[in-house]
Amino acid sequence: MNIDLFFQYIVAGITYGTIYAVVAIGFNIIYNATGIINFAQGEFVMLGGMTAVTLHQILPLPLAVLAAVIITMAVGAFIEIFFIRWLDRPSVLRMVIITIGLSILIREAGLHIWGEGVRALPYFTGSSETSIRLGGVFISPQVLWVVGISAVMVALLNVFFSHTLPGRQMRACSANRDAARLCGINAKNMVTLSFVLSAGIGALGGSIVSPITYVQYDSGAQLAIKGFTVAILGGLGNSAAAVGAGMILGVLESFSIAVLPAAYKDVISIAILLLILFVRPSGIFGSSEAARLSEF
Amino acid sequence: MRLIRLIAAAVILAVALAAAPASAADTIKVGAILAVTGPASFLGAPEAKTLEMMVEEINKKGGFQGKKVELIVKDSGASPEKALSFAKQLIEEEKVLAIIGPSTSGETMKIKNVAEEGRTILLSCAAAEVIVNPVAKYVFKTPQKDNYAVIKIFEQMKRMKISKVAVLSSNTGFGKAGKEQIEKLAPEYGMQLAANEVYDKAATDLTAEVTKVKASGAQAILNWSIEPAQSIVIKNARQIGFKGPIFQSHGFGNIKYVEAAGPAAEGVIFPAGRLLVTDALPKNNPQKALLMKYKKDYEGKFKEDASTFGGHAYDAMLILTRAIEKAGSTDKEAVRNAIENLKGVVGTAGVFNLSAQDHNGLDMTSFEMLTVKKGKFALLGK
Repeated sequence: MNIDLFFQYIVAGITYGTIYAVVAIGFNIIYNATGIINFAQGEFVMLGGMTAVTLHQILPLPLAVLAAVIITMAVGAFIEIFFIRWLDRPSVLRMVIITIGLSILIREAGLHIWGEGVRALPYFTGSSETSIRLGGVFISPQVLWVVGISAVMVALLNVFFSHTLPGRQMRACSANRDAARLCGINAKNMVTLSFVLSAGIGALGGSIVSPITYVQYDSGAQLAIKGFTVAILGGLGNSAAAVGAGMILGVLESFSIAVLPAAYKDVISIAILLLILFVRPSGIFGSSEAARLSEF
Repeated sequence: MRLIRLIAAAVILAVALAAAPASAADTIKVGAILAVTGPASFLGAPEAKTLEMMVEEINKKGGFQGKKVELIVKDSGASPEKALSFAKQLIEEEKVLAIIGPSTSGETMKIKNVAEEGRTILLSCAAAEVIVNPVAKYVFKTPQKDNYAVIKIFEQMKRMKISKVAVLSSNTGFGKAGKEQIEKLAPEYGMQLAANEVYDKAATDLTAEVTKVKASGAQAILNWSIEPAQSIVIKNARQIGFKGPIFQSHGFGNIKYVEAAGPAAEGVIFPAGRLLVTDALPKNNPQKALLMKYKKDYEGKFKEDASTFGGHAYDAMLILTRAIEKAGSTDKEAVRNAIENLKGVVGTAGVFNLSAQDHNGLDMTSFEMLTVKKGKFALLGK
């Protein structure tokens, strides 16, 4: 394998990895605030992408994406308030079933609103055949957009969770809900906030990856599977770790295609995931002590 | 008092039950198992719309011998398992005269035996040659066979002096059947397969796959799938700087795939029925009038471009109605025998000449080689 080819596979891996990571970050936020996994996260991604494409018919691109993010955030808030807020200390299993049910509901609603066709936003710069050439390596500008926006997003999230009051309150709720309430934190509002935030991040992710992956009413489920894998692989709750794990998984998949028939791609990635989870159940970057304390 | 009420209820129920089959006997039941949603919705959705449109028109004209057609559409979502249970339901419970569909080859192969055992006519809208080879008594299909598509593509490659080709296909029935035909026919046409890769039908990015293809030194890419992935292949190949021609299967015959791939789709070469280039056909082409009518009706009613896939359902319904007219009855056996003897039926895919040995009835001339010019389908210049 020559050096150009090597880097071309790396680029392919980074493309896969960022798509996975964007979805994984959404999982982490709700997990941070509530200790549960929101299985409707993939549907937030779909909803964001679809809404942005629809709005782009009347609005310029940045406004369409912004509006799609806001609308999806509203949907996230609505879902939390109507389906989750009134539950008193729901068990993990119950939450899993509720969120899976919600994901089916959103998917079917998407089918009724948008039909079964695939859609996509236009490429943010250039077109579907534009690529930036670095020596013998080609990169689609959209990949750079996705990588850049994801990086900014992760940085902002880290600031939010470690340096702002609501962010720290959310973490407090995750660590110990009762203690947080004794300190005067409104735990229920924090959960709503986490749904709003993860819906917004999912929607932003869905919008920016749609030129690459396309978006369809049922594309959420497939994205969610890989996103969930990456969230677990990195260690639940840690967004920067999700990005790292996404890159590792993406690059592994890409190189598995280089040396083996492409059909084995998913076999390789899942086998590696299992291996890592046997050795480090808390994920590559997760702390094993923290994992022992959490209930999921 | 209670007893009387109970008896009254029972009587009403009995009358209602007796009345139901009586009204059903006045209609001709036609089932359809189509992938209206899911990964093959590009096929199933226009097929279902086409059938609804045609049945509406038939019933407006009074149906057949005073009987109206009752269309029962089942959405399989391209799942062979669902198709199987719907097939059983349509045959055993609804007792339909014929089933139109399924949309995909994988589903059709799953229910081929069920239709055969249930002695119910199956008019598949899927491409694979294995559907009608070996011939099953009750199983027919309307799209061109996939081996014709492969031959057409290889002939075109020869004209373009291409002998080293990379094959990509999706892991569906359609992709698998196409891959087998390519592997079988390649030596005959002196084609060397530099790469031969299978990808997941729900793939979202194929940069690594096309990188491998580029590294293999292939002169051209031949992709065989029906999912949005076929647009992704073109985009990724152009993004990593693959300059050679890209060939697609006849599964590319929906303008939405071209729109999805944007400018990267320019110059893609693929075989397809003439529906996509109706306007460019010469006046004396036997299919022109029918294609114009179908396009006008479909596009007027649904406000979207007609595709060859909807055309396959059109042909299935057309063959069925011709056979009912010819048989002069709606007896399953009589209609089946009539289908087998239909000759010169002008459909959207081509001119059908069916026989006991050929349950497809189309020949190589039903395909044209097309390309994409300025975001539109165009006939490929020789």
